[in-house]
Amino acid sequence: MVCLALASGGGPPGSPPTGPAFRREMRTVLTVPATRLRRNQGSTPGGPDPEPAGPDPEPAGPLGGYAVAAEHLTKHFGDRVAFEDVSFEVGYGEVFGFLGPNGAGKTTTVRTLGTLLTPTSGSATVAGIPLSMANGPQIRARISIMPESPGLYLRLTVTENLECFAGLYELDDVRGRIQRALRAVNLADRASDLCGSLSKGLRQRVALARALLNDPAVLFLDEPTSGLDPVAAREVHELIASLRERGVTIFLTTHRLEEAERLCHRVAILNTTLLLIGQPGELREQLFTKSLDVRIRTPLDDPGRVFAHLPGLEGWQQEPSGYALAVSDPQVAAPEVARALVHAGADILSIAESRRTLEDVYLELIDEDVEARRR
Amino acid sequence: MSFSWTRAGAILRKELRDYRRNRFVILTMAVLPLVFVALPTISLFTIKVSVTSARLDARIGLSLLYLLIIPAIVPSALAAYSVVGEREQGTLEPVLITPISREEFLVGKALAALIPALAVAYTIFGVFLAAAALFARPGVASAVFQGSHLLVQLLFTPLLAGWSIWVGIAISARSADVRVAQQLGVFASLPPLAVVALITLNVLSPSTGLALGLAAALFALDGLGWRAVAAMFDRERLVTGGRT
Repeated sequence: MVCLALASGGGPPGSPPTGPAFRREMRTVLTVPATRLRRNQGSTPGGPDPEPAGPDPEPAGPLGGYAVAAEHLTKHFGDRVAFEDVSFEVGYGEVFGFLGPNGAGKTTTVRTLGTLLTPTSGSATVAGIPLSMANGPQIRARISIMPESPGLYLRLTVTENLECFAGLYELDDVRGRIQRALRAVNLADRASDLCGSLSKGLRQRVALARALLNDPAVLFLDEPTSGLDPVAAREVHELIASLRERGVTIFLTTHRLEEAERLCHRVAILNTTLLLIGQPGELREQLFTKSLDVRIRTPLDDPGRVFAHLPGLEGWQQEPSGYALAVSDPQVAAPEVARALVHAGADILSIAESRRTLEDVYLELIDEDVEARRR
Repeated sequence: MSFSWTRAGAILRKELRDYRRNRFVILTMAVLPLVFVALPTISLFTIKVSVTSARLDARIGLSLLYLLIIPAIVPSALAAYSVVGEREQGTLEPVLITPISREEFLVGKALAALIPALAVAYTIFGVFLAAAALFARPGVASAVFQGSHLLVQLLFTPLLAGWSIWVGIAISARSADVRVAQQLGVFASLPPLAVVALITLNVLSPSTGLALGLAAALFALDGLGWRAVAAMFDRERLVTGGRT
């Protein structure tokens, strides 16, 4: 992927704004607080999102309000800040991605929302119930958390593991629920196997079946594909996608960006504090200028002259393989760019719209955050 | 939420299933009591015909006291493993994120240690009684089968096991390492051993009054033990490894 703002060079005097200008523009966008992006730019739960399939999430569920809502939630361990001033809402039926590097506070946030840890300050509601230790049993009865490690009893069979948890949730129709949960994770034929004999990927699926037993109002998945090989990870992705199709509210913590991009309606990026929240596509548009990647056989003699005065061109940047052009509308600019290059006698190899991934957004934000903390 | 026996029972059933599949646990529970039953049983056969009634009663009382070490020792390792072991295996957090209360969790764990301890202790006592009935002299056998002796065994076995279990779980809830917890758990059996030693050294004289006093003290300690361990059971500390 091309990042127009990285180099400090750019076009000659008089040319449209180049690298540094893009950088400044991006900084302006990056400093917009997460809440402003969320509230002012249409990124509310239930907003339109063409990317992930499945039903649109509903902001208000059967109990009214959000599936999860946090307001200035903070957790300190002594002097150490686990996470601070975290505010967000998750709609019913939404798949909400919680991204961040190791140590960003993702797991601690999940544990806090799951009433395992007491928040230092702030407030939240989970499954429509105010977050407090007194409400812990009620909240825990309505949610499920699948921790990073499956935590199965290895000397017990798959069914025995699930029976134990069905008892802990005081569920009725235990046999039926176990069968449905195992079918949901494609493990019905391994019900009698000892968990110790299962592969890591299959254990993760058993843990997911366990988390589905109580039909949770909110399903927290904490790094569900951590340590899995690509095949096993893809299977877990497919399971999560099928849950999304069924309208299950999922709070997914991960540092696998392709996972979040593929599965989540919206994502939040956390690095102790919440950096940004929104739909993946929306974040890309907010953070990056639209651009065209131009590849030509030999560099232009005077690119400033060729690119000057092209309609919709906002800047350009020389790249090892050609040029990156910042444009307001790639559809309009691309034919103009092609004509200008042909007129200049350039041998064009390709002109393509640059596609940025959630990974670009994530890395940009995390780098920005690290720089800000250094300052 | 009120106390749920369903949730406590789920923990109990899981533990019992786990023991059944773990031969090492079963072996440990079976072998150690056999060692402790050997001495009192042999002691029965060494009692001379000429022994006085008072001396006979004292010898048999001491033998039966040895048997009471079994319910103190058998559950201590299980109890000491109960919390820290789950934590080390990564199975504690999934349990704590269910609606189970700490009291329900602890009762489930305590019963899972108590039931095999009682089964082993009463079985060993049965073996001792059978040996007395079949092989001891008639005078010795009838002394063993005195109602007061049987009552003391039946009463003290669960009380001592309870003491050992709550001490073991308390250690387990505060330990960061299974080995440390199990080593410390052995200390739970020291008080009953001390009583045996004091009686052997004639510092204490076995009597009905002493037995009732000890039983009352143990009963109170068992009740307090549950409350104390529940107060020490801190989900946050257990989940974060003491970062709080």
